[in-house]
Amino acid sequence: MGSSVIEFHLDQRSGLSPYRQVVRQVRQALRLGLLHEGDQLPTVKEVVAQLAINPNTVLKAYRELEHEGLVAARPGVGTFVTATLADASLTAHGPLRQELRRWLAKAHRAGLDDESIEALFLETLRTAAQQDIA
Amino acid sequence: MTAAVRADGLGKRYGRHWALTDCALEIPVGHVVGLVGPNGAGKTTLLGLASGQLAPTTGDITVLGDRPGAGPEQLARVGFVAQGTPVYDRLSVADHLRLGSRLNPGWDDALARRRVQRLGIDPGRPAGRLSAGQRAQLALTMGLAKRPELLLLDEPVAALDPLARREFLQGLMEAAAEGGLTVVLSSHLVPDVERVCDYLVVLVDSRVRVAAPVDDLLATHHRITGPRRDPARLPGDRHVVSASHTDRQSTFVVRGDAPVHDPTWITGRIGLEDLVIAYMDPTSTTVRTERDGHRTTLRVLR
Repeated sequence: MGSSVIEFHLDQRSGLSPYRQVVRQVRQALRLGLLHEGDQLPTVKEVVAQLAINPNTVLKAYRELEHEGLVAARPGVGTFVTATLADASLTAHGPLRQELRRWLAKAHRAGLDDESIEALFLETLRTAAQQDIA
Repeated sequence: MTAAVRADGLGKRYGRHWALTDCALEIPVGHVVGLVGPNGAGKTTLLGLASGQLAPTTGDITVLGDRPGAGPEQLARVGFVAQGTPVYDRLSVADHLRLGSRLNPGWDDALARRRVQRLGIDPGRPAGRLSAGQRAQLALTMGLAKRPELLLLDEPVAALDPLARREFLQGLMEAAAEGGLTVVLSSHLVPDVERVCDYLVVLVDSRVRVAAPVDDLLATHHRITGPRRDPARLPGDRHVVSASHTDRQSTFVVRGDAPVHDPTWITGRIGLEDLVIAYMDPTSTTVRTERDGHRTTLRVLR
């Protein structure tokens, strides 16, 4: 797999489906600046041969990344990075964290403990994600 | 589109014992299908019927639109790797490939040789002196080099160590990535199934419990836990897959799209392994009384 820049790995205990893990690892690599515009993602066959996972899983992950405008497929050649996540997301962290702090203070005042907050956050994240898909 | 495997009212009886009953199934082409279920559920029988090695007692089965084993053309379209990945112990690896090329009109000799070379197996070695992993790889090579449209594998990795198992599945997935191949494999190892399969068939007690794309199954099944209640009184349109109760608490694995909004209930994801287990034990529910920890089993009203 000489040409590819990143290698995927699967954590079967993560609770995330293999397809979500691939999507997440590409996004992560973009955020960390490991992947740049123009880089080629490993081919489906390379990923499949390396991880022993279903080819449709990889295709689905790449399609989702394409849908998000992060990569583009060139038929017969491969899938290439077309965008970056690094700058935009890092600068957004500060203000978001501040907002979250304010929200946390509000939740504590309302009597929620850390566990309830975590449960509420995860549950909301999950339902929001499901509504996005639907 | 033609289904890879379509069964209707399919049954197989050995003497007085039914190994498969009233099996209705439709597996679309292009998937890697995991066939799971407890021992004796009928997995091997179903694969035997699909490969044409067994004849049905009742009902119909078609494979790629035709009766299994209907003729040479049909046989060439379906590959079958039987349980224990059998090879001919006395024959060398090269003999196996020669045999394959004689017996199979569509034999891809280049593919077979490439695979053997990549696996680092000496072609002159008798198959009986290969490691378990190499024998399985040879059997897979035979199955793939006939260039089937459908490859059936019965517990292909059950006897292999983790490394050999991974290598076997890598080879299988690489072949699937080339397209035009549907794979049906039976396995006890749900983590492996979760990795390689995108379609799941759960066979319990000689019947199909559930058959659907893995993503759909994971998206529509949840574990919900809350104050004890009768499954019939659960809100919304949900099918209870399994239920267990203590005196105060009920835990259900349910299938259904609508989320539970009742804050006294906790809804959680369910992994594929737990989902399979829920289907394997669908009719009984375990009751644990707080007082003495005594366990009794009762039938869920359905």
